[in-house]
Amino acid sequence: MIKKILIIFAMLGLFIVFLPLITNFEFSQNLSELASKYVRGSVDELNSQNVVTSVIVTYRGLDTLGEVTVLFLATAGIGFLLKKKNKKSKKRVASEILQTASSFLVALIVLLGVYIFTHGHLTPGGGFQGGVIIATAFLLLLLSDVNMKFNHTILQVVESFSGAFYVVIGIIGLVLTVGFLNSKIIPLGEYGTLFSAGTIPIIYSLIGLKVGSELTNILDTMRGE
Amino acid sequence: MIVALILGFALLLIGIYGMLSQKNLIKIVIGFSIADTGTHIIIVSIGYLRNRTAPILNSAVDISKAVQQVVDPIPSALVLTAIVIGLAVTALMLSFVVELYKKRQSLSIDDYQELKW
Repeated sequence: MIKKILIIFAMLGLFIVFLPLITNFEFSQNLSELASKYVRGSVDELNSQNVVTSVIVTYRGLDTLGEVTVLFLATAGIGFLLKKKNKKSKKRVASEILQTASSFLVALIVLLGVYIFTHGHLTPGGGFQGGVIIATAFLLLLLSDVNMKFNHTILQVVESFSGAFYVVIGIIGLVLTVGFLNSKIIPLGEYGTLFSAGTIPIIYSLIGLKVGSELTNILDTMRGE
Repeated sequence: MIVALILGFALLLIGIYGMLSQKNLIKIVIGFSIADTGTHIIIVSIGYLRNRTAPILNSAVDISKAVQQVVDPIPSALVLTAIVIGLAVTALMLSFVVELYKKRQSLSIDDYQELKW
């Protein structure tokens, strides 16, 4: 009973704390100075159509590197906690509709994922979204075939290669003295085409491969339970 | 966009209430996830500007006047980061729950009192 009253008091307190944020909030009419600089710089400096992508990959590139590291740590933690056991649990075989549909759809879904992470600088999308879509293709494989086994060596090689190459691209920027993770180390290309915006598509493809293989690893580990 | 702001705060409060009041470990994780979503909606709605389009500068936007035509790109970038971290943290919490259930065969938080004072 005391606990319930305490919870109600805590919720009331939070409500009172948050209320001025809603009632006093004023939507601004113009972009802030920093946002205007990013929007202009995305066209003038980086040659990238998608401003969100230029913020994530170049202007805030170090944050994204940290984010990828957090994702890697979570994957490592899950793999450590849920160790594979060799007990055979009986699972029902998937229906024929699911099996036929998945053999048809898996390649197309992977292709869509690749399209989304290679066009991250042109359209809404990017490495994280594309990686998640690739992982859904492998989830479909796991659902349709109960005895499906992934080659963990390949998954690990893809993951470590893309992570290491991402850092190497950043360090090349340091060596050429333009700055860590600066995307101007290769020619910027023509505005609005696939091969433009310097290293942004390369970095986003590497992030896509890394996120895809990590999430596939998580799905495979969790299936063992 | 004030509607999205209120909806986000409501989801945040519902999620925190769920985390505080529920006994089931999986329901606590669900409460965390709801609060997480509420925070994302709040951040995105802060970046909204009236009568403007998405910050993608293709042929639909006049590039010389882009600053007057697009919404704030920074909240979107922050939320993209937050969504991925939220996914990873939720997956990690659920695997903790699985491990705890294996130890005690119970999902009630009342059965785990080692750290209670």
